[in-house]
Amino acid sequence: MITFEDVVKVYRGGATAVDHLSLELPTGKLTVLVGPSGCGKTTSLRMINRMIAPTSGRILIDGKDVAEQDEALLRRSIGYVIQHAGLFPHRTVLDNVATVPVLLGKTRREARNAAYELLERVGLSADFAKRYPAQLSGGQQQRVGVARALAADPPIMLMDEPFSAVDPVVRAQLHTEFLRLQQDLGKTIAMVTHDIDEAIKLGDHVAVLRTGGRLAQFATPRELLANPADDFVASFVGRDRGLRSLSFDSAAELPVRPVDGIELDEAGRPLGLPGVFTKGDSLRVVTDLVISSPGGIAVRVGPDGAADGQVSHHELADYLASRRR
Amino acid sequence: MIEYLRNNSEIVWQALQEHLYLALLPILFGFVISLPLGYLAVRFTWLYHPLVNTFGVLYSIPSLALFVFLPVILGTKVLSPINVVVALTIYTVALLARTVADGLRSVDPVVAQAATAMGYRRTRRLIDVELPIALPVILAGLRVATVSNISLVSVGSLIGIGGLGQLFTRGFQLFYLEPILVGVVLSVLLAGIADLIIVLVQRAITPWTRAA
Ligand SMILES: Nc1ncnc2c1ncn2[C@@H]1O[C@H](COP(=O)(O)OP(=O)(O)O)[C@@H](O)[C@H]1O
Ligand SMILES: [Mg+2]
Repeated sequence: MITFEDVVKVYRGGATAVDHLSLELPTGKLTVLVGPSGCGKTTSLRMINRMIAPTSGRILIDGKDVAEQDEALLRRSIGYVIQHAGLFPHRTVLDNVATVPVLLGKTRREARNAAYELLERVGLSADFAKRYPAQLSGGQQQRVGVARALAADPPIMLMDEPFSAVDPVVRAQLHTEFLRLQQDLGKTIAMVTHDIDEAIKLGDHVAVLRTGGRLAQFATPRELLANPADDFVASFVGRDRGLRSLSFDSAAELPVRPVDGIELDEAGRPLGLPGVFTKGDSLRVVTDLVISSPGGIAVRVGPDGAADGQVSHHELADYLASRRR
Repeated sequence: MIEYLRNNSEIVWQALQEHLYLALLPILFGFVISLPLGYLAVRFTWLYHPLVNTFGVLYSIPSLALFVFLPVILGTKVLSPINVVVALTIYTVALLARTVADGLRSVDPVVAQAATAMGYRRTRRLIDVELPIALPVILAGLRVATVSNISLVSVGSLIGIGGLGQLFTRGFQLFYLEPILVGVVLSVLLAGIADLIIVLVQRAITPWTRAA
């Protein structure tokens, strides 16, 4: 657990970057710090690994004040990923990944062997191992950045806009892979972004900061969409909150009627539909299907792909209305 | 020319060795002095401009003047090779300290900060990250300093200190073209070979610069 205890950071020159921030980032969870540019996200993140010293207040990791720990040793136990990856241009991909293990006293050979496995973990083949960072795309560099941060298996990871510098398609792909990785690893992660959609997609918890470095709200993504604390959060979270919050609601409980008037193949699979949903999908997916299908009907399929029910426009609307009571 | 070389091989060989030694010893000294100076100029930003200006002035002192005045300051004999070594060390530092500083300044601050965030302490970060990344710039400066030193040693010969320049003075005294030609060709050759060696070393130790 990472604890901010009444942390203040005032830069020389007078700008208050972080204003009495108290926050708990739970162990094994991904907490996103989100807010407009200049609201003190990076400053907050870098106070955790002592790249920046707070003006007042304390930051604790599992109850121990970071200010009392050796800086370099502390940092070796905390993974760090930044926007443009910040890879060492003079080292191969493999040696970039091996950086922290070597600092911790591993031999270069041991560290390199382990680095091969990490490259695979972040979706890079061994062909990339001997390349230099300048020979990689932005997305590939970012993967190496993540592998480098994970190399010494640190319990904590700090990530500052790790996916902001890549195009939307690659970003979505990195998001999916990263969530899968985090599911396996269960690191305590503090991630910074200015993109509320990214925060909602990735975060177990989201801390919304406002300009001047004040905490506006700390909540799960779902709570944030359902109950924004004030107008600032509501406007920052943006429009379509109702629709977006449906992505956190499962379609498992949604009642369906037997299929009727839908063309099926011999195995009972629907034909000629733009899409179908399963019990595991969200209500947002169902809503989208109902709106976009010509007949205003969404068809549910079972694990075998055979249609096992359908729901109409009106039925979905009634179900959504019934949930509010 | 070949004829001259055959008959005077011992003198020429001796001059060549002296030349090499007088040019390269200052490179070694100058490099060792420039590393900390260049580092300080980057670490303490306010030092950069005063340092660069001082070295600019030092570099603009004519070499002949330096060779003549150094004995006065150092208390050495006029013909002592120490004068040449000290003078050329000054020129080398004037060139290289700035190059080292510029090289270190060429390191992307994001990369340097990433190194700190990985858990590098200052000295190891300098040795493992910043200096290697600065190498292309530093080696470019080293090439200039080496070639310039090799040509400046000949100036020292004008006042009677060893090196290939001796062959020039000899030729002038005897109204004889051959030794002058040999001296010129050999010092150009020496500069070319030294430059080539540095380029080859650079290619070997900075493979990433050709990766992009
Ligand atoms: N080194 C610094 N010196 C002075 N002011 C700074 C420094 N770094 C950041 N700031 C200021 O502190 C505020 C917060 O910055 P930062 O934490 O980088 O915000 P964010 O990451 O949310 O965009 C900004 O107003 C910024 O201008
Ligand atoms: Mg920032």
